[in-house]
Amino acid sequence: MTERFSAPYRGYDVLDKWDTPSFNDQTRRVLRGRMDPPPRRFFSDTEWRVLLALCARAMPQPERTDPVAMAPFIDADLHAGRGTGTRRADMPEPGAAWRRGLAALDAEAVARHGRGFADLDAAAANAILRAVDSGDLADPAAWDGLPAQRFLRETALKHIVSIYYSQPQGMSEIGYGGPASPRGYVRLGTDRIDPWEAPHGQWPDR
Amino acid sequence: MSAGAVSHVAEDRPRATGGRAPDVFSRSGWVPMREHALGDEVDFAIVGSGCGGAVLATKLAEAGHSVVMFDAGPFWRPLSDFASDEREQDKLYWLDPRVSDGDDPLELGANNSGRNVGGSTTHFQMVSLRFRPDWFKSRSKLGYAVDWPVDWHEMWHYYAEAERAMAISGPISYPWGPKRGRYPYREHEVNAAGLVLARGAEALGVAWAPTPLATVSAPRGKSPPCVYRGMCKIGCSTNAKQSMLVTYIPRALAAGAEIRDLAMVGRIDTGPDGRVTGVEFHRDGGWHVQRARNVVVAGYSIETPRLLLNSACGRYPNGLANGSDQVGRYLMVHSNHAVWAEMDEEIRWYKGPPSMACCEHWNYDDDDPSRDFHGGYSFMSQGPLPGDFAGTLVTATGAFGLDLRERMARYNRMAGLKIVGETMPQADNRVTLSDEKDGFGLPRARITFGYCDNDRRLYRHSLRFMSRMLQAAGGHDLLETSSTAHLMGGCRMGSDPETSVTDANGRSWEIPNLWICDGSLMPTAGGVNPALTIVANAARIGDRIVAMGRKGTI
Ligand SMILES: Cc1cc2nc3c(=O)[nH]c(=O)nc-3n(C[C@H](O)[C@H](O)[C@H](O)COP(=O)(O)OP(=O)(O)OC[C@H]3O[C@@H](n4cnc5c(N)ncnc54)[C@H](O)[C@@H]3O)c2cc1C
Ligand code: SF4
Repeated sequence: MTERFSAPYRGYDVLDKWDTPSFNDQTRRVLRGRMDPPPRRFFSDTEWRVLLALCARAMPQPERTDPVAMAPFIDADLHAGRGTGTRRADMPEPGAAWRRGLAALDAEAVARHGRGFADLDAAAANAILRAVDSGDLADPAAWDGLPAQRFLRETALKHIVSIYYSQPQGMSEIGYGGPASPRGYVRLGTDRIDPWEAPHGQWPDR
Repeated sequence: MSAGAVSHVAEDRPRATGGRAPDVFSRSGWVPMREHALGDEVDFAIVGSGCGGAVLATKLAEAGHSVVMFDAGPFWRPLSDFASDEREQDKLYWLDPRVSDGDDPLELGANNSGRNVGGSTTHFQMVSLRFRPDWFKSRSKLGYAVDWPVDWHEMWHYYAEAERAMAISGPISYPWGPKRGRYPYREHEVNAAGLVLARGAEALGVAWAPTPLATVSAPRGKSPPCVYRGMCKIGCSTNAKQSMLVTYIPRALAAGAEIRDLAMVGRIDTGPDGRVTGVEFHRDGGWHVQRARNVVVAGYSIETPRLLLNSACGRYPNGLANGSDQVGRYLMVHSNHAVWAEMDEEIRWYKGPPSMACCEHWNYDDDDPSRDFHGGYSFMSQGPLPGDFAGTLVTATGAFGLDLRERMARYNRMAGLKIVGETMPQADNRVTLSDEKDGFGLPRARITFGYCDNDRRLYRHSLRFMSRMLQAAGGHDLLETSSTAHLMGGCRMGSDPETSVTDANGRSWEIPNLWICDGSLMPTAGGVNPALTIVANAARIGDRIVAMGRKGTI
């Protein structure tokens, strides 16, 4: 199976607006801080390998030689104890949920293929994620009461995508306007775009 | 004031100290602020500076009362503190965990809880609608829930006051509700996402309107007109948004109120006579006590009950104002179900405030044969930022991989409709204390929530209706999602001490100098966003307390 991503906004880069009124100092400061992935401080070596594999399955980037990194930012959030304001009564706090969930994913891989999650090919790893999402667990004991689908969707995927789309590459590929202060937008109507927005996308169906 | 270097980061150290507070209209300036010594017995200590606290502080200070208002969060200057960045702007929210359980556990944090001077209005989406008049007597007039201890005519007067104070921009004629005066500012141009709603409404033969919004369509004082950058939910960095931070807070300061930022109130103290004597708060690394003749709790539907419960003492072993076991009960949300569709044209819903068109048809139509629920719902056009929308997609569908990236690549062609759906007040939907403690050593809140059958019928009806509307507007590949928004109730006001926590003035039945003034007072949720109602109710309560002060009956 070859994976290909067809981007409707090829060539558009929100960073081209870096020195324009769409960016202000505080936004430049935030994005600059996001360019260097922080060092790993939270996850163990084993957890880290599973996390990297999970991010690669969640947001595969076959077209990039230097893919957007997500794992280091998750690690930094957990190291800093950054919360979401909600702890479901049947879930441990985020750091513990992540550790238990990654270990359980690895156990699922071992139970099905005799190898760790990080050593599976893309198709096998994807199949495990789909099975876990539908509650079809090969090693239920490894989850130790952690709700598997909720871990996958609300703890893991939600965190991963929040990081991916906070990176300029993520914003650019969907044609999002990106930072917009002090200058916002003028043309609000259907199919109308300001000169500082992405040009119309290339849509196969239009 | 000096435009000197920004002295420190707002999250790290209090800014409102030394006789000055941040000038919210500047990048680094200050305005003078009156200060009170801890030992001074001030007239009012107010806990929380959102819709309830900020409005009440302004009213009381303008009438000459001494006021100290506390907020657990920072005192921002939006022009220099707010970035165009979803992750960075998480700093506006109450991110310390609450424990969530029940049949339909609530999502808290960014979903409904702010933590900064100005409360949740620094990140609210500015939709400013009035209740339908009958909702203030929904039990007597419509046969469900409970009546408010307030007459709608009185609220109508205060709605007008709130709309002036927040300079609401709205249409010349609004299709629903009793005849009303003009909005202070003209309506905004409706964006493409809103025009999808308009097209669908016209196809189905129901009315729609440009949404009345708390962001100005023309300059107002130091607020420039909205520039349609679309990041209202993560904080308005231009000050076009008429949040509490840029409307009532400067007024309160100018009238002599003191504001203490990064000041978490952990306990309300009581004296031997059973009256409250002041508050214990944590600021600058230590605990302090502020003495006060009256204490007002305005921390919103979770923190208000939590503080009352955490203030239990020998005389009030179940918490303050809780003699009838009503504190924390009848917590409500709005169901926030949505339908999303792909359109043929580019919508680019990131431009403009997220909800520029609205429909209140189902708040006012009582006779349609399809109506199988009590209460009402409104719905609005949508414009989530990328991280927010990606989170919705993965939560609702479990999509990942290239499938997810391809779906997100159609971001610019998406449109959505989302409801603000009334839920019924239920005694067992409630806030209690968990056995976990926060960083201050205070027991955290536990929130228990579940929908009732009526709530479910209501949101199912809305999903059917919105799906039809989006299809009529040309949408395809529909996706339905569920969530909740807003908090109401938890310390409701009423006319009976057995079934409510306060009287119509926000005065607790049990302790005469303990008051509540925020969204937790709401006995019902209505089918519209709550902030305008909370502001209007606080203005009403403020005038009542000032009048009592003049007569010497506080
Ligand atoms: C993302 C989002 C969008 C929204 N959009 C809309 C909208 O479009 N229209 C609308 O009408 N409403 C909207 N709302 C809801 C609206 O913002 C709230 O209903 C309203 O702000 C509640 O007012 P309040 O005064 O009760 O509480 P808040 O405004 O939340 O203020 C409470 C304050 O009290 C402080 N506090 C709490 N406990 C303590 C303590 N112990 N010590 C010190 N300080 C404390 C908190 O830090 C907070 O700042 C939205 C909310 C969110 C989260
Ligand atoms: S769209 Fe308007 S109100 Fe919203 S953040 Fe931008 S300028 Fe502020």
